[in-house]
Amino acid sequence: MTKHMKDLGGATRRDVLVGSAVAGTGLVVGYSVLPHVTGGAREALAAGNFEPSLFLTMEPSGIATVHITKTEMGQHVGTALAQAVAEELEIDWNDVRIDYPDSHEKWGLMITGGSWSVNWTFDRNSRIGAAARMALVEAGANMLGVPASECSAANSTVTHTGTGQSATYSEIISAGPIDRTFSEDEMKAIELKKFGEYKLVGTSVPALDIPAKINGTARYGIDVFVPNMAYGRIVTWPTRWGAMPKSVDDSAASGIDGYIGTEIIEDPTGVQRGYAIVLAESIWAAEKAADAVSVDWDLGPNASVSTADILAYAKKATADGEGFAWVIDGDTDAGMSGAATVVEAEYETSIGYHGMMEPMNCVAMEQDGVWHLFTACQWSTRCTAMTAEALGVEPANVVHHQQYAGTGFGRRLEPDAMIPAALAAKAAGRPVKLVFTREQDVMFDFHQSLTYQTVKGGINVAGDLDTMVHTVCSAWATKRQAPGFLAESVDKKGKIDPFSTNGSDHWYNIPNQYVRSIENVVGQSATPPGQLRAVAPTWTMWAVESFLDEAAHAVGRDPLEFRTSLLKAVGKNAGTPPNTVGGSERLRNALLVAAGRAGYGVKPLPANTAQGIASVTSQERGSPTWTACVAEVHVDPESGEPTVRKLSIAMDVGTAVNPDGVIAQIQGSAIYGTSRVLYENITMKDGSIEQSNLDTWTPMRINQAPEIDVNIIQNGHYPAGTGEPVVTVVGPAIANAIHAAVGARVRSWPITAEKVKAAMTEA
Amino acid sequence: MAVLNINGVSHVVDAPGDTKLLWVIREGLRLTGTKFGCGIGLCGACTVHLNGEAVRSCQLQLSDAEGATITTIEGLDPKGQHPVQKAWLELQIPQCGYCQSGQMMNAAAFLESNSSPSDAEILDAMQGNICRCSTYARIKQGVRRAAQMMQEA
Repeated sequence: MTKHMKDLGGATRRDVLVGSAVAGTGLVVGYSVLPHVTGGAREALAAGNFEPSLFLTMEPSGIATVHITKTEMGQHVGTALAQAVAEELEIDWNDVRIDYPDSHEKWGLMITGGSWSVNWTFDRNSRIGAAARMALVEAGANMLGVPASECSAANSTVTHTGTGQSATYSEIISAGPIDRTFSEDEMKAIELKKFGEYKLVGTSVPALDIPAKINGTARYGIDVFVPNMAYGRIVTWPTRWGAMPKSVDDSAASGIDGYIGTEIIEDPTGVQRGYAIVLAESIWAAEKAADAVSVDWDLGPNASVSTADILAYAKKATADGEGFAWVIDGDTDAGMSGAATVVEAEYETSIGYHGMMEPMNCVAMEQDGVWHLFTACQWSTRCTAMTAEALGVEPANVVHHQQYAGTGFGRRLEPDAMIPAALAAKAAGRPVKLVFTREQDVMFDFHQSLTYQTVKGGINVAGDLDTMVHTVCSAWATKRQAPGFLAESVDKKGKIDPFSTNGSDHWYNIPNQYVRSIENVVGQSATPPGQLRAVAPTWTMWAVESFLDEAAHAVGRDPLEFRTSLLKAVGKNAGTPPNTVGGSERLRNALLVAAGRAGYGVKPLPANTAQGIASVTSQERGSPTWTACVAEVHVDPESGEPTVRKLSIAMDVGTAVNPDGVIAQIQGSAIYGTSRVLYENITMKDGSIEQSNLDTWTPMRINQAPEIDVNIIQNGHYPAGTGEPVVTVVGPAIANAIHAAVGARVRSWPITAEKVKAAMTEA
Repeated sequence: MAVLNINGVSHVVDAPGDTKLLWVIREGLRLTGTKFGCGIGLCGACTVHLNGEAVRSCQLQLSDAEGATITTIEGLDPKGQHPVQKAWLELQIPQCGYCQSGQMMNAAAFLESNSSPSDAEILDAMQGNICRCSTYARIKQGVRRAAQMMQEA
């Protein structure tokens, strides 16, 4: 798949053009097509040397449309990104619209994930808005016959300070062509507003995507129809990966009204080896026919693999010293041999299912040599390229048309609905709509890998943890999705998956630290791994934060005080602008806020009820969102059943672009993480996933949800991602609370009543 | 041929009588506000009203619905201004929004039967509807707010 990654950096051109070809036709803001444009925006436009839909379009009416190349999957990303543009553009928010353009290489890398969207584009969008404003102020001043330096913009209007003369953006755009080019250096030099000067950023404007979501008009991928389309349904494979249909007997389906036929199709991309796809005129005919046909399968290489095999491989590979180093600090051998107390533990996380409400789907259609894919996708760049490979066409001839996503959580980074839909459409010679059943969505997820970790800590005579040796074994999603993103190990001995190891390089001051990352090759083939909301910190933080709790108890120290003593912004944890400025002290602050709000150590609690604490710096070390949680958990002493009563969360987001949107993300991710740890489990037997629907995979429901207290810390630093970190902090906080309540240490997921009860007996 | 009364409009449907009502509504008649989630009646995304009661349309067949009055999210209120919809907008409840048609249809039917529910009654009534964005805290508030609006009206 490496070949799909070569152009992911996208366009290198960086001149920004603000212009209109002819008076009254509107204003467009975007990059020039060619690296060194001669002439201005107007000339470029006339020559077609301009990408007119990039970033921002303004109509003569003054309405501005911000083009969002991110997937809208519940995070209201379009609203936050438009706020950044509108803030600097000085436009009335009522004049702002958003849209979601089709995929094209002009957008560069089209990917949504990692809580990167706002974090990566806030600065860029702010500068785009500012450039457009500057061009409008210059044109407006020209119109009014006054110097631009004496004019300012606010509320969609340019005003001359001395005379009070003014012109609206609508009047300026309608009056004459605008023609302004900003060089890369000029763009960089634009002075943006600072925290405290914002009018729109930092306000909870209502999300622009919500009105369509309360009346049934929002269109998701599953809601797409095109003329003359057939319905495709995949015949469920007998194993998660590696099965290939050999032959089909469809005699039992032939009498079904609307049944067209069943195609056996190979998949050259390896997403699956191949498909048996039923085609029919209606979805109900396809459903019935898929149940009726009988397929003879080659089961492939994984037909005997079980969860126990994946775990056994992890333990063996870890014990055998496989893998490569991710962190080498100080001297862990010396630290360990000089330790007064050594603490060791193993931590496991189970296979995870994304559980999007909208199952995977795609409508595929060929028209005049161009393939059109209608679905929600988080990684258009990769998925269109892989679909092109499957079809044997050029990537430029595959276009993705973005739809609203019935959540994503990383699942829609994958092309596994696009490819069979396109192959089926090619075979059928007409458009095909393909929708996964819930059973297929559960069983053929690109699951979150099963993980196995060991942590060994050395605590010196003063009671300080100064040495930590950590191994992380998982399947490596990056190796499958984008091997070009694998990282050279610190010891230069091989490649490792940073997105499977992130978080183990935490922000605590541990002078002697070693982390080794190990690929689970059994899991890699049998349970092809995907990225799931919060990615590696989901498991690395589980181990680190559970371990810190164990280490604190081992030397009789309070888990909060133990953590804060390790959080001084010094050395490699000092932090640097913009993302990590303040360093470890910001995590310390978040811990203190969460503890204070929860009444940690002070609040009177009933019997068998206690608080546990944890803090995380998800997602990556270089883009942390400083987050802490105190979980209040009651454990039934008879059954061991844990009940999460309350989660008190503190998150330092630097700047909250839309505070209500941030609160919504924190509320949602707290439940998502709690559900994952307590209720969700996926297991494999005979190469197949054992769970298949909501009767066997049982996420948290409203009547099980704990109270959530959200505390956002804003200090004016650069905006941090908010959609994922809380997923990673709740698990260890809950486990630590269970330990505090009844002395039971559970080190694997899901945390069930049986495991708590067993650990209580041990304790 | 079957005739279905949906949102006050009669639709002639040419499909076998054992076709799932959900598929008739969203794939056949293209009233796509009603969503497919699990197909076994455990997620609530396909909730519609059948003679005023909240039902899972994936658990009914076309033949079950003939002669009944069906309401989908598109017909909950002619202007999309049902108190539940107003509360959902005011409290900014939807994230991805996919489950929210079902959530709102379930809440609207529930509030017809219980106009001033306790929190415990709300949680009990809404537990059949899964939201994976986990907007549960706001859904609870939203049902309370809608009840208040209905009482004020």
